[in-house]
Order: sequence, then structure tokens, then C-alpha cells
Amino acid sequence: MNETIVSYFSQFEIYKTIVDTLTNSIGTSGPAIFNFLIFFLAVFVVVNIMAVIGGLGTFAERKISADMQGRIGPNRVGPYGILQFLADGIKMFLKEDIIPKAADRFIFIVAPVLALMGVFGTLAVIPFSNGFILTNLNVGIFYLIGIGSLVGLAVFLGGYASNSKWSMLGGMRGASQIISYEIPVVLSIMAVVILSGTLNFKDLVEAQGGMPQTWFIFHNPFTFIGFFIFFIGALAETNRAPFDLPEAESELVSGYHTEYTGMRFAFFALAEYVEVFVVCGVGAAAFLGGFNVPFHLGGDGIVGQVLQIGAFVSKTLFLYYLVIVIRWTYPRLRVDQLMSLCWKYLTPIALFNLIGVSVWLYMFDGKSMWSLLFEHGSKAVSGH
Amino acid sequence: MPTYHLDVYTPVIILLAIGAIAVFGALLVGKLIRPHNPGELKEMAYECGEAPIGSAWSHFNMRFYVTGLIFIIFDVESALMFPVAVVFKKMNEINRGGLVLVEILIFLAVLISGIAYCWRKGDLDWVRSFRAPQNDDVKGQGQG
Repeated sequence: MNETIVSYFSQFEIYKTIVDTLTNSIGTSGPAIFNFLIFFLAVFVVVNIMAVIGGLGTFAERKISADMQGRIGPNRVGPYGILQFLADGIKMFLKEDIIPKAADRFIFIVAPVLALMGVFGTLAVIPFSNGFILTNLNVGIFYLIGIGSLVGLAVFLGGYASNSKWSMLGGMRGASQIISYEIPVVLSIMAVVILSGTLNFKDLVEAQGGMPQTWFIFHNPFTFIGFFIFFIGALAETNRAPFDLPEAESELVSGYHTEYTGMRFAFFALAEYVEVFVVCGVGAAAFLGGFNVPFHLGGDGIVGQVLQIGAFVSKTLFLYYLVIVIRWTYPRLRVDQLMSLCWKYLTPIALFNLIGVSVWLYMFDGKSMWSLLFEHGSKAVSGH
Repeated sequence: MPTYHLDVYTPVIILLAIGAIAVFGALLVGKLIRPHNPGELKEMAYECGEAPIGSAWSHFNMRFYVTGLIFIIFDVESALMFPVAVVFKKMNEINRGGLVLVEILIFLAVLISGIAYCWRKGDLDWVRSFRAPQNDDVKGQGQG
């Protein structure tokens, strides 16, 4: 049930040989240390790739927005300006670290750590392929929702600790927005959990097939609406425009991270961009079939795994692109509009969806609308 | 099943540790090369050039508490719903789906009546949430 990245590697002969030699030379603690090393290396690789993706996310955002506004965008550092994020990182690294005198020093220091921990924690259960999941917890979705909430806490604490009016307003807005939009997101994910009967990300993805009509987004009309509710809620939870009220540049200077400089600010930004990737990844896994594509990608071998990771990342990056395009297309909402959208539209619709999906599962034994149509059609044809 | 494996939560601990170490490590290494010239003006809260008046730590608007309360109800609800949601499909396969369906519907009915009540009372309105309930005879008075 609880598979990890180590249990994927343990099917190879070389793993068994290494474990056997370690057992013979060091004793039973040898394999434990070896497994820990595998975990550490895998986590290290994932975190670094995610940091690069986060950095490239900022680059993509600037380039796409420039394109949409008829500008050129960053084009000086590296080919097409693609190394701009590295230059920005180095600049942030060299900036003076200022903590305001009036700030609550301890919370001020802890807030970016919480943001980064919350986002990195969610990476543990992201299903990159059927073997490459850092740890395939049997409570994966529950865990992801829980540890993802740390980011909301970080946003609020960052705003509160700064003791600046802009930050405080941003933090208050951020806290109320993030907790409010968690409800529709959780309810629409729950609809998928009902259909798949599991909280485990790998089983959730494998409950869907390669063809688009077997994905949960097209399973029935309720999940189709559910995906869009999830996506809107995810935009709001990651503070992306049109829901970027906690950091609204034109009204709150920079919102909850107004007082943060240098690396502390950089980690807040990194956490935000990685969180967008994570949320898009969850959307791709839960609704868009995850690492499944219509043709066979190869099994447990390295090549098959890499292709599956490619399929998953492509779907995720497609959603990421949508997020960026939405940011540069729609104007920002007002606070009251934001709240009424969440509580008066998304939450009731999500509750309705949940009822619809439950009744659907009971009445049609969890068959998708396409298979029902097909059955009905073939019956009608054979009956006449 | 693998013969050897550590606790499945090891990657979680490593990830959280990396998250914490990355921040403190970067700040510690950066300390060697970044400038450090603290000053009175620099350490002041930024308010677009004005000297800040008073502390920013003020009272919260009551609306945040109401939002928080409604959130907690729904969050506890989702925590209680997840186990039912997981077993629903398996129960349906052994022809006990109706029981689970009725349970889910009763649970959701309670919740929906709760949110309907909040809506009726105006607690979901961001702007007017603390006006008196709008009965017909109350309306029109107190407006002047």
C-alpha cells in the first residue's frame, strides 16, 4: 500500500546486490543507511528541479506577459534571456537583509521558512510517474491538503510580523482568502476521491486511463464542473491573479511581503511559483489522467519512467501556462467579490457536485457517461 | 513488498528539513558577501515615504472571525467526509452503497442547511454582514 521511491528501485538487481553486500559488511543497519541515501538523493533532485522550474516560471511569466503586451521582455542574460532568473537570484543573494525594528523578529524570520516547508512538503506525494513518487502515502490527498495549508499560515504570519500596514492588510486578506478557497478545492477533490475510492495518488491516477474520455474531468458532468471549481480555487489558494489580493501591487505596494528583502523575499517568491506547479500537478493527476497517455509508454524501465514523467510534466505545464495567461488577461477582483464568489457560488456548486457524484456512483456503479452512452447505444441498436 | 524499507514518511522529514535548511543556509552564506549597514530609516516600516504613525497591530474586523468560523465547520466536515468517500466505492461493489449514499446525503443536508442559514442571516455578505436581519418591518427604519 505504502510504496516509496525505494520500493521502485528495489526491483532492480543492482539494488539487491548493493543491499546484500552492505548487509554482509556492515550488518543490518547498512541497508537502512543505503535506503536513507536513496531517499535523500531523490528528494534532493526533486527539490532542485522544482527550484529551477520555479525560477523558469518567473521567466516564463515575464516572457509571456511581454508577448501579450507587445514587449520583448527579458532578453539580455543568456539565450533569449533564459538565465534571467539566475541573475535575479544572485542579485537577491547580494541584497542587504533588513528586519524592521518594529517587527516581531521571531515570526518574521520563521514565516518564509514555513512557506517553503509547506510547499516542499507537498512535493512528497506528487505522482510524477507510476514508480517515481517520493512516497506514495495511503493518505496522500489528505496529507497534501493538510501540509499545503502551512503556506496560508506563512502568508498571514509574514504579514502580521512585519508590523507594517500594507503587510497587515495583505496578511489579513491572504488568510481569509486562502482558508475560504480551500473549501471548494477540497470538496471538488472529494468528488474525485468518491469516484476512485482511494486517497492514494498512484491509485487515483491509475483509476483513469490514457484516453481523454477515461479521465475524471470527462467522467460525468459533475466532475467536469468540479475541475473548473478546483482550478479557480487553486488560483485563489496560490494568490495568483485575478485573486492576487494579498499582494495586490497597485493597492498594497507588495502585500504581505512588503517588508521582506533579499533572500527572505526570494524564498517567498520561490514558494509561490513552486506551489503553482504543485497545484497544477494535482489538477493534472486528479482530473487529467496524470502520467497516462493514450498509448503505452513502456513499463517500469528507466525509459518508460522518463516518458511518464514527461507526460505528467507536460500536462502540468499546460495548466501552468493557463495560470499565467489568466493572470495577464483578467483584472483583479474586489474583496467582497472574492468572498461572494467563494461562498455564494463555488461552495454551493461544489456541494451540489458532491451530491451529484455520490448519486451517480450509486446509480451507475461508477461508470463514466461515455461507457453508459456506449452501452445504451449498443442496446438500442441490437434491440431493433 | 520491498524487504527493506525505512518508514514511508522519511522523504517528508527530509523535505521539511531541506526547506528549513535552504532558508537559513542561504542567509548564513549570504552574510559573508552582502552589505550590512543598518540605519534608522531603513528599519522603519515602509509606508510610501511617510513616517508610520502607530503600530499596524490593530483589531481585526469581525468579518474575518465569521469567515474563520464557517471555514472551520466546512474543514471539519471535509475531514469527516473523506473516510466515507473512500469506502463508498467498495461498499457499492458489495451492494451496500445505498447506506453510504444516505449517510453522505444526510451529512450534506445538515451542512447545506447551515450555509443556507448563514446566507439568509447575511453572514456571507462581505459588506453588510453586521446589519440587523432584514425583516420587512425593520426595513426602512434606521436608514435615515
